Amino acid sequence: MDFRDSPEEAAFRKEIREWLEANIPADWDRSQLSLIPPEDRVDMLRDWQRRLHEGGWAGISWPKEYGGRGATLIEQAIFNQEVARQKAPPPINVIGLGMAGPTIINHGSHEQKNRYLEKILSAEEIWCQGFSEPGAGSDLAGLRSTAILDGDSWIINGQKVWTSLAHVSQWCIFLARTDTTAPKHKGITYFLVDMSSPGIEVRPLRQITGSADFNEMFFTDVRVPRESILGEVNDGWRIAMTTLLHERGTLGFALSVGARVALDELIGLARETKKNGKPAFEDPTIRQRLASLHVEVESLRLNNYRALTGFMKSGMPGPEGSLSKLIWSESMQRLGDLAVEILGPAGMLERWDANPRVNTWQFIHLRSRGHTIEAGTSEILRNIVAERVLGLPKHK
Amino acid sequence: MDFGFTEEQEALRKSAREFLTDRSTTGLVRDLMASKTGFDEKLWKEMADLGWMGTAIAEEDGGLGLSLIELAILVEEMGRALLPSPFYSSVGLAAPVIAATADGALRKTLLGGIASGELRATVAIPEEEGRWDAAGIKAKATPVDGGYKLSGTKVFVPDAHLADEIVVVARTGKTKDPREGISLFLVPTSDRKVKVKTLDTIDRTRRLALVKIGGVEVPVDRRLGPEGGAWPLLERALDHSATVLAAEATGLATKVLELSRDYAKERTQFDKPIGAFQAISHRIADMLVLTENARSTTYYAAWAIEEGVPDAALAAATAKVAASEAARVVSQGGMQVHGGIGFTWEHDMHLYYRRAKWVEMFLGDPSIWRERVASLFA
Repeated sequence: MDFRDSPEEAAFRKEIREWLEANIPADWDRSQLSLIPPEDRVDMLRDWQRRLHEGGWAGISWPKEYGGRGATLIEQAIFNQEVARQKAPPPINVIGLGMAGPTIINHGSHEQKNRYLEKILSAEEIWCQGFSEPGAGSDLAGLRSTAILDGDSWIINGQKVWTSLAHVSQWCIFLARTDTTAPKHKGITYFLVDMSSPGIEVRPLRQITGSADFNEMFFTDVRVPRESILGEVNDGWRIAMTTLLHERGTLGFALSVGARVALDELIGLARETKKNGKPAFEDPTIRQRLASLHVEVESLRLNNYRALTGFMKSGMPGPEGSLSKLIWSESMQRLGDLAVEILGPAGMLERWDANPRVNTWQFIHLRSRGHTIEAGTSEILRNIVAERVLGLPKHK
Repeated sequence: MDFGFTEEQEALRKSAREFLTDRSTTGLVRDLMASKTGFDEKLWKEMADLGWMGTAIAEEDGGLGLSLIELAILVEEMGRALLPSPFYSSVGLAAPVIAATADGALRKTLLGGIASGELRATVAIPEEEGRWDAAGIKAKATPVDGGYKLSGTKVFVPDAHLADEIVVVARTGKTKDPREGISLFLVPTSDRKVKVKTLDTIDRTRRLALVKIGGVEVPVDRRLGPEGGAWPLLERALDHSATVLAAEATGLATKVLELSRDYAKERTQFDKPIGAFQAISHRIADMLVLTENARSTTYYAAWAIEEGVPDAALAAATAKVAASEAARVVSQGGMQVHGGIGFTWEHDMHLYYRRAKWVEMFLGDPSIWRERVASLFA
């Protein structure tokens, strides 16, 4: 047990720290925007990821042969810590780097790896994820989009929803039913779809924050080449599980660092905001709640260290990632609740020129309402934890 | 960075679990609950023979010179097994306080004695007001020829009836800052002017006592640490002690979680195992979350204190809050999952709940430790 950097890890930390200091764009507003999702600043963030890639910092955990750095998970954790500490911009291609790329590395053919991976790293091609449907949210395997083989191509029909980045994506990882007679987990195939294919319509979905982080997608007789599938026909469910493990598995670390940054800023807000004539930070009930949040955020960080140590031994992310996401989402909501309470009556405002902090915290507060729903609702995550970590009987 | 245990640490855990599963049965716990003192001399000797009391005591002080991490591993197993023993009061509480304050020959005698199990000690902090902070210390030590005369009433002193020595926290000076003017004295329970009365404690295997100190004369060489300046040393030692309690809470929560999980698989209602109902399985999932948080924060605190890193005090406070709340909430949840049977005297669940409540409140309830967390924010 040792939570300090080894000499190699310290050298790695110094390297990324110096690189970030030299390369974060001067016009990047670290105080306001580090906590806000990237959708509105696509060009800037695409440039940023290109710069990251040129510096060798995009997809650092990917194997070297696919353009990554072959970094250990510890190095990845250090990278995430430094990125969060310096409030660097996020890379634009989060689905590509965190989900599509690792799944292609695990299940793709030689040609597919050559075709897609480099362009994910450089952000030349942005990816989105066509999994959820209006009728298949938590019950993902109930999806009804179909793909029918017609000569040398598949014809895809269906509707997807909650698709982040679809409006700026060139490619989509897409699940469709290819055998309607098979049991629902058995007839699904995993597609890699060119978003410029005729018949795809993308409509932005505005959410509670007023911004459009995600979209609806309508596929009408979309024709894609026969070879646009990942793995075997009707084996898509198994492959999709790799994607979701990566979504929750390695995301945990970034989430915990993000929560720490947000909590430190909240402590700053409490020190600088007056409540009944005194700094809110001096109010005993607020101190208790800040301390509880510290316990949660610190638990999240340390649970991730433990999961990481296990991950290093086993080579695959375990179901603990579901646990991290569950804790993180609920903590972020409590953090948002406390922030708007500290703001006092200004917590009723969406934006306020007199105090621009309102804009940021209200965004975080409203945005966090969705954290317990996206990427697996808290209810689904509790099912996963109960069944796969604790071995309790299936709830059906 | 590595959050793993060494092979030696895993072996220690394994042997401790085997020993405690065999020896610290609930049958023993129940016998001791009903007994006059709640103490099993034979079990104490066996643990001493294993060297457990000296785990985190330095070799030059007569211990094994292992670390707080090894001690946490042992104590976690003790929490699982509901070990009835003054181990915490002597090894987890008195030893770090003595290690932080005593020197010379006395240090060797005390720590060597605790390490061998031949001497048992405890620490007396709160008084009738029930405060754990410096302002609550009213017991008075007045200088007399060659030493001090000590008077006061201490309450909630763990295992005082089983201890040879009590470290008494007293006031030697009155100053504006209550943290100043605090001194520690070593008082033998054999002194006629020390009266120990055990209280009807929620956890009958870990009794608290009322200790009346009526003008005990303490020679100057039995003062531990500097006169008037002992509070900061005590506080640091209590961070260590809080981490030991957190380890016990973690073990307890883990055991209750396992019992509840197993019961939810076996117990059938409406023709299904109750664990198939989300009202039950989600509750157990939440119990797992709390238990994981307890384990992670506890071992980090143990490491941070051992290494003396800057956030050690914050880490200890974090662990105390996370683990003690986990133990209480998880054992409450365990009772709920077990239904009516979990509320009966015959079922063991209340034994866990009682221990959890004791651990949660000792050294200060979670609100006190959350306030400490907030006071330590950079």
